[in-house]
Amino acid sequence: MNAARKPQSRSAKPAKSATGTVALLVATRKGAFIYRSDKARRAWRVAGPMFFGHIVHHLVLDPRPGPKGGRTMLAAASTGHLGPTMFRSTDLGRSWKEAAKPPAFPKAREGQRARAVHHNFWITPGHASEPGTWYVGTSPQGLFRSTDDGVTWTSVAGFNDHPMYEKWTGGEQDGTPSGPMLHSINVDPRDPRHLYLGMSSGGVFESLDAGASWRPLNQGMLADFLPEKYPEYGHDSHCLRQHPAAPDVLYQQTHCGLYRLDRPGTVWQRIGDNLPKSVGDVGFPVVLHPRDAGTAWVFPMDGSTVWPRTSPGGKPAAYATRNGGRTWKRQDAGLPKSQGWFTVKRQAMSTDAHDPVGVYFGTTGGEIWASRDEGAKWSCIVRHLPEIYAVEAVELPR
Amino acid sequence: MKVFIPTPLRSYTGGRSDVEAAGTTLAEVMADLDRRYPGIRFRMVDEQDAIRRHIRVWVNKDEARRLDVPVKESDEVIIFQALSGG
Repeated sequence: MNAARKPQSRSAKPAKSATGTVALLVATRKGAFIYRSDKARRAWRVAGPMFFGHIVHHLVLDPRPGPKGGRTMLAAASTGHLGPTMFRSTDLGRSWKEAAKPPAFPKAREGQRARAVHHNFWITPGHASEPGTWYVGTSPQGLFRSTDDGVTWTSVAGFNDHPMYEKWTGGEQDGTPSGPMLHSINVDPRDPRHLYLGMSSGGVFESLDAGASWRPLNQGMLADFLPEKYPEYGHDSHCLRQHPAAPDVLYQQTHCGLYRLDRPGTVWQRIGDNLPKSVGDVGFPVVLHPRDAGTAWVFPMDGSTVWPRTSPGGKPAAYATRNGGRTWKRQDAGLPKSQGWFTVKRQAMSTDAHDPVGVYFGTTGGEIWASRDEGAKWSCIVRHLPEIYAVEAVELPR
Repeated sequence: MKVFIPTPLRSYTGGRSDVEAAGTTLAEVMADLDRRYPGIRFRMVDEQDAIRRHIRVWVNKDEARRLDVPVKESDEVIIFQALSGG
């Protein structure tokens, strides 16, 4: 079941390549850091730690300019002891203010499971036409929206109170070791009402009405940990990306393989079968070229036996496709040739918008690796950080 | 009444370890704390009104596991974080 053609799709606004300073927004188990590059993306200057000692799952800069030209940055934070919250900055991380009303589930009705947000996991800015709108995905699985630029958050009832919620999301035992989570919220750049999300566990779901109603979108996807191998829902989606310039093209890394879906089709095609069998197609992240819908990068991990989730054979490498997943090229120049037991989490790989594209990933061992030439050569630009949860490459305002 | 605030929550109280709050139940004390120090309650108590797993609350020498515990003005409420983490 291999996809055989390069994606051709109805496009959104064409993206221009960036030329300015890149910043890496880095979320770790012990705080957040921002690394700013020079224009050549060779030298990096650090700011941080911010939220020192806090568990920061995601740090995201709004691509939309605010009313005064500034851009809001949101951070999803908690600690080992305190409840989860959100912080917002309007000065690129120099100062932060806590959300007045962080994401929280509604009070449980009689007989209903009492849900409490354990941590805010994934942050997605809303559509370009809806300034101030943001989405957050949580653990356990919940979808929350802010329409006041992250100050207050409300439960998206169409998902969180859906009659199928319990069946779609499964129980606590169905989630990851860090808890079941809702992630990969994608807003269609052509239509603010068209949303996708992924869940571990649960799979992929789609809404055409701004979250009021949802349907599973999992046909063709393997769930080899369930009695029914191709169920309607219950999959373990790791990372789902909608191409920004060709929004009908979706790439997805799951617990069981690597997939692509070309809408309006509804059947996922397993493009991971085209990776070397000795490497396999299990991993956490998948990241996309900002302008070419046929180009994507993954970072395979060992999903054999007891699931080490480290680079297969201790030989870390990214794999890149230039043709929508038909063929893949190993990219390991500059990476350790042996004894490199990297784990790269689902939010910890990112691309910038330069030409050639910069590709970045952070490891659970606290290193950040960067490539200024689309993965052809890697160099370690940061060492000795805490466990890295997320790396977001963004272009800073001039 | 006097309320002891642990270090992780002192960013809300301007660094103070001992603060005042009023109420006839622990729930009212928590609500009053949140009026005085906005946001502090949700870090200790979840949206289902349960004291969070790693937060410990004592009223004098008795540990309180629920918010409906009655309190009086002469009581002391002591909030700690549990020994956990790494």
